[in-house]
Amino acid sequence: MTTNDKTWPQTLWDFFCSLKLTMFLLIALAVISIIGTVIPQGTPPPEYLQTISQNKLKLYQTLGFFDMYHSWWFILLLSLLCINLISCSIKRLPGIWVTITQPILIMSDELGGSLSSRKMFMINGDARTLCDRVAAVLKMEFAAPVITEDGGAFHLFAQKSPWSRMAVYAVHLSVLVIFIGAIIGSLFGYKGYVNIIEGQTISNVMSRSDKEIDLGFAVRCEKFSVANYPNGAPKEFKSILTVLENGRPVPDYTNVRVIVNDPLSYKGITFYQSSYGKLGEHEFTISDPDGKNPQPLSIKSGGSAKLPDGNGICLQETTADISQFQSGISGPAAQVEAHLANGESKTFIVYADNPAMNKMNLPYTGGKLLQYKGGEEFVYTGLQVAKDPGVWVVWLGCFLMVVGIYVAFFMSHRRIWVRVENGMVTIWSNASKNKGGFQLFMKQLETKLDKQYSVEDNK
Amino acid sequence: MTSSLLFNITTLLYLASMLAFFAALANRTKPFFGMAGSYIAFGGLFLQTIAIGLRWKESYTLGVGHAPLSNLYESVVFFSWTIVLIYGLLDLKYRYRVIGAFVMPFALLGMAWAQLGMKSGIEPLVPALQSNWLLYHVITCFLGYAAFAVACGISIMYLIRETHERAAQANEKSVVATFPPSRVLDDLNYKAIMIGFPLLTLGIITGAAWANYAWGTYWSWDPKETWSLIVWFIYAAFLHARITKGWVGRRAAWLSIIGFAATIFCYLGVNLLLSGLHSYGG
Repeated sequence: MTTNDKTWPQTLWDFFCSLKLTMFLLIALAVISIIGTVIPQGTPPPEYLQTISQNKLKLYQTLGFFDMYHSWWFILLLSLLCINLISCSIKRLPGIWVTITQPILIMSDELGGSLSSRKMFMINGDARTLCDRVAAVLKMEFAAPVITEDGGAFHLFAQKSPWSRMAVYAVHLSVLVIFIGAIIGSLFGYKGYVNIIEGQTISNVMSRSDKEIDLGFAVRCEKFSVANYPNGAPKEFKSILTVLENGRPVPDYTNVRVIVNDPLSYKGITFYQSSYGKLGEHEFTISDPDGKNPQPLSIKSGGSAKLPDGNGICLQETTADISQFQSGISGPAAQVEAHLANGESKTFIVYADNPAMNKMNLPYTGGKLLQYKGGEEFVYTGLQVAKDPGVWVVWLGCFLMVVGIYVAFFMSHRRIWVRVENGMVTIWSNASKNKGGFQLFMKQLETKLDKQYSVEDNK
Repeated sequence: MTSSLLFNITTLLYLASMLAFFAALANRTKPFFGMAGSYIAFGGLFLQTIAIGLRWKESYTLGVGHAPLSNLYESVVFFSWTIVLIYGLLDLKYRYRVIGAFVMPFALLGMAWAQLGMKSGIEPLVPALQSNWLLYHVITCFLGYAAFAVACGISIMYLIRETHERAAQANEKSVVATFPPSRVLDDLNYKAIMIGFPLLTLGIITGAAWANYAWGTYWSWDPKETWSLIVWFIYAAFLHARITKGWVGRRAAWLSIIGFAATIFCYLGVNLLLSGLHSYGG
């Protein structure tokens, strides 16, 4: 039978066991993954859609480029990688297992010839005494040997860290464990978000796919605050949250501080500080400079409105009492940005109790008098919500991977065989990794053994 | 003494070290130059270590105390430091000084760019970075990147030397003949990646752990994350290339060079060219 006559299962098996497939898959995954870093993932933003043609958009959508890491072809490549590494492991493990559990105790000249390191000494002496001495040195310098007597010769075998040969399979297994963790997470977990107004309670969150999810308990936002550095850069976003079961606060989960990098976890569901905002309604009047013909104008927090002259204004900030910012003035006030006809923007303060000062803004409001009446404003905290029962499986996989890589790279299965006959000692050695380092060690060991014999000779 | 002054001296020392290594290549009979290159590099590393510590202390004096790993300037400086550190470890262990000629340029480039082209002010930490994970994540990633930088330098040497070995006559006295033999360079390349790969793996895992702790997702296919995985795939391919027929030698060296190019893109390109969660410049 020639190699061309292989049955198709055999051909398929060889294909999945091949390292060339591994190389192809790793490089293909590396190259293909680039697509999703250049093309935005998820719902593409309108600014991006303007930059590509309709045909391109259709093509990308058909190929799944907007969610490529979950597309069938990307999953297929990952699956092939898994099958590849399982096949390789199944093919090679039995042999490795035998090497570990059933070591060769008696080294023959034929087998020994294939080992790189071999050394012979000619020594006078009784084999049994020599054997004891060699065994003592091995035990002291390396590992206790197994001694087999065979036809008047003594065969010593000693080894260190045989299990390190399994490390590479542990790394392969860890990849599978991580995938299993990811699958558990996507089947039984979810990612969502919720906005909670200060003082309000919620018991539902929205998932990323816009489905409402019942938490099974409730969360109240007691307070939200922002702290800044002296230079104005944000220092801390902080929510105070309370978990409620049947309307009653849960002890230990009452008034919990949640900041970025310090979330709240309850019953496997975790809440992460993610954003914040203001909700509210503010009342203004716009009138003639002397206060006649007042028209009401209402603007939402952070919202904008059009003035009679056609220019727009944006509401930036409001306060119930301006005195903490400007001494000598009191009452509610609003900070407004006006977009002027000449394209410029101007920011100014509108007061509730200082019509005289409001008159200074006439040039920016088209000659009309803008006055603040006050308003109601609520701060809300934006929280990411996640439940992922697979995350511990992923960490287990990561742990296995790190330990496996360390052992696979830096530990080596080292073996020494010694044959002691009357008048002759032969040594073979082998290491699975770092052969150069082991050769140095062997040289030192051989020198030590040599010394032992010399002592013997001098007697 | 300010950290800024020490960083400037460090930059000059790395320049001197690189020039000494170049001189060592040109004068193969004089071991003095190679030794000078190494010792100047170690001196620079020592000064830079003090400078980084000093900058850390200065940030506390300014009342915004944090490890100096928070923006592009600080990360480039730290990257240079890790490159010289990894080179130093390889030099002490394997005694092939002359690879410094292909490694120190990376460290010098980093320092020169940071000192001449970047704002070096100490800024307070934005909330997203206020975590101990910052330290673990950045240190493991950059040690990994640095090992890849060293491997890339060695691979370039390998390609030059290997081409030369195939073409040249024995006993020829060109500059390339002073390179270690290609067999040795191939082995050093592997040794450097053996340092880098576990560190990159740890860097990705600590990043995932941090993301999970701060955002509730250990992986979100953000460009930075994806590029770190691309780098991981390339070096995984490199490790398998060494036991695959037809991939040993030149192809493996090319994988190492491409891997470092991807590393640099992951580090700088993603921040400068693509958008995503990881916009601190680190």
